[in-house]
Amino acid sequence: MEIIDILLAASFWEAAIRIATPLIFGVLGALVCERAGVLNLGIEGIFTAGAMAGWMAVWLGAGLWGGVLVAALAGGFFGLIHAILTVPLGLSQHVSGIGVTLLATSLSYFTYRTALPDVSSPPRIEPFRPLDIPFLSDLPFIGQALFSQTAMTMLALVLVFVTGWVLYRTPLGLAIRAVGDNPSSVEAQGLSVYGLRIGAVVVGSSLMALGGAFLTMSAFDAFFFGMINGRGWVCIALTVFASWRPGKALIGALLFGAFDAFQVRLQTEVGAFLPSQVFLMMPYILSIIALIVVARKADYPKALLVPWFKGQR
Amino acid sequence: MSSAAQTSPEISQDLLLALAGITKRFGPLIANDAIDLTVHKGEIVALLGENGAGKTTLMNILFGHYVADEGTVTVAARDGNLEQLEPGAPQAALDAGIGMVHQHFTLAENLTGLDNIVLGTEPIFRLRRDRTKARAKLAELMAGSGLNVDLDQPVHKLTVGEKQRVEILKALYRDARLLVLDEPTAVLTPQEADSLFAILRKLAQNGLAVIIIAHKLAEVLAVSHRIAVLRGGKKVGEMMTSDADHRSIAELMVGREVPVSRRVAREPGKPVITLTDITIDRGDSRRSLHGVSIMAREGEILGIAGVSGNGQAALAQLIAGLDKPDQGSVEIFGEKVEKFDAHKFAQNGIARIPEDRHHDGIVGSMTVAENIAIEDVRNAGYQKFGFLDFDAIRKRAEHAIKDYDVRCPGPDAPARLLSGGNIQKLILARVLEKSPKLILANQPSRGLDVGAQSEVHRRLLEARQNGSAVILISEDLDELLTISDQIAVIHAGHVTPAMATDTIDRSELGLMMAGQKKVHHASTNAHSGETA
Repeated sequence: MEIIDILLAASFWEAAIRIATPLIFGVLGALVCERAGVLNLGIEGIFTAGAMAGWMAVWLGAGLWGGVLVAALAGGFFGLIHAILTVPLGLSQHVSGIGVTLLATSLSYFTYRTALPDVSSPPRIEPFRPLDIPFLSDLPFIGQALFSQTAMTMLALVLVFVTGWVLYRTPLGLAIRAVGDNPSSVEAQGLSVYGLRIGAVVVGSSLMALGGAFLTMSAFDAFFFGMINGRGWVCIALTVFASWRPGKALIGALLFGAFDAFQVRLQTEVGAFLPSQVFLMMPYILSIIALIVVARKADYPKALLVPWFKGQR
Repeated sequence: MSSAAQTSPEISQDLLLALAGITKRFGPLIANDAIDLTVHKGEIVALLGENGAGKTTLMNILFGHYVADEGTVTVAARDGNLEQLEPGAPQAALDAGIGMVHQHFTLAENLTGLDNIVLGTEPIFRLRRDRTKARAKLAELMAGSGLNVDLDQPVHKLTVGEKQRVEILKALYRDARLLVLDEPTAVLTPQEADSLFAILRKLAQNGLAVIIIAHKLAEVLAVSHRIAVLRGGKKVGEMMTSDADHRSIAELMVGREVPVSRRVAREPGKPVITLTDITIDRGDSRRSLHGVSIMAREGEILGIAGVSGNGQAALAQLIAGLDKPDQGSVEIFGEKVEKFDAHKFAQNGIARIPEDRHHDGIVGSMTVAENIAIEDVRNAGYQKFGFLDFDAIRKRAEHAIKDYDVRCPGPDAPARLLSGGNIQKLILARVLEKSPKLILANQPSRGLDVGAQSEVHRRLLEARQNGSAVILISEDLDELLTISDQIAVIHAGHVTPAMATDTIDRSELGLMMAGQKKVHHASTNAHSGETA
């Protein structure tokens, strides 16, 4: 009954939430973009850029929250490139997105190498520390699993709520949902299709960059090559899993985090007779299965991937 | 041509809108040529013209989607002063009280009707949405106009007629004083169209000015006060509706006499296709059939009358060999069909004119020539050493373009550039050249203008004369009564026995299409299966 023991341990859930945090940022960012009708495959590069920019700002002397801000700005910058290429110019969102991923990744590595040409082991910064909230952090189980996370995890959880509120409770969210379904509906009501879409992609990309920043400033304390390791792509899949809803995005990210935390623990239990790669595959395979089950009924934003040009109908 | 001064008594003299000398060129094409048009408060003006006459361009200029090369748009401000409208600014048109209902609705289907209406009318950066005022105002508008619709349903759950009501409410909610409707009845059933007209009349009585863009004459005669006719970008006539008659307007629109199609009596030949007690259950009433028995004979046009979405799609799929029945049998020339295969059906001489001509009728990115040959590329005549013989294909296309008057830049032009009417002519050319045994024509003239429509009818009658069987699925009563020999009514997947057209009463047919009247035939085997 080792499996039950694993699942009931607070340390397991603490790890699951920690692993889920960058994915929460990423899925929220991706769903904001896609709700407005723009697929942002720049996500993997934007994660890298956010990780590098946030870390480097702190390494150069900025405060931790200053670093978070720098990361968001870096993400917004690459988001703007993607938005200009895909919204007013109407280029293929796939091609532009992959271009942005390559550009942002390479620029991040280039900047890192230029700033630190000679170091062999990556320099460390003082990252976000686990919170110690009076009373809450001392609660049994949930105190360790939830209230001893870092401030960025708390920020991610708050942003789930904020994104949901904006999308479903404000006029702005109404316009974003409309522009992703039928841009003409927005134009006919006198709102700017381009303005809404560009804005959504820039803000969404900033959110994605926070996911990268979490990795270098909270989960780890340094930047190294290849550290994003496909997390951005996982977010794109989780967005479909979440049916473009922030609440379900949280569930999807937590599920993936739990799979990942579980496989690490399972490795130590039964790793003797199964190669470790099998366990590493597990969260991805389970994600694919979950995706197949959920996404067959997925209700895509109808104007997703469809460029819209003024004066054409 | 009478001037606008001669308005009928119930219309006020308050000028609301004046278009003066509007000219718009697209390259060498003059879409609008010095067009003048005025509209008064409480007046319903019909803007008539064939496809490509410049109606929609004119309205897009009015609404600020295009900028006119010459001419001015003047609108009476709310205080009564005439002001020139800023060109190219939809927001200015909205502010001036001009509302437009496009033929393709501009609704976000994932939102509710209420959300669609309120969208863009409130400051965008606010923490909450407040719907109480909007609800109150809309309740008042609905009560005053009869535009009833459940505003809390997501738009994708509404019927086409309801979506149109949401569109109209959208304009009224913004205090529109002039409502422009682009082909409002193209997508409506006859019943929905009638109720739309009742609403428009009521709105006009309350002072709203309405412009209806249309190419169907009968309905425009019923609802409008005044008619303006465009042809080739010019205004060729304007008259009070009370002075107008059907024939003269049609000729004004088309620019020549419109041939009237008439059936020449002939004896039907042997049955081509016979459906017996066909049941297809797909759970969805739009795609199911229940105990359907029909028969199409050589030299006869069988009309299937019905409001869209009552099982016509299932019937068409079955006859084209794209689907197979759960129960019942299909016989082609007396032989029972065992294998339902579209290619085999086509080889047996069944040709189809699909309902959605843009989507199912052509491949938009392929050329006109390729589209004409597409169903026959397996024939030896279009091959040379196993490769496509493009010379033969092009030669056939050139003939078809000439014989069927397909207006296009040439056989090598991509088919998507053609207008709806010309796409239909292309499809007719492809279908009729093969002298098919059976033509399955699904809504063949929907959305076509008068000229193209009469061409479709002429060609179908010609095919009938040459011995083809035709199954005509349509919701246009005029069309059905004009060219079919027999008519059966489809409702909720049930099909009535066919009735000879000459014995049918028009209003009874309408009731049967609405499912409000059952046929009482003394004894038909076909009917017993349906009531069971």
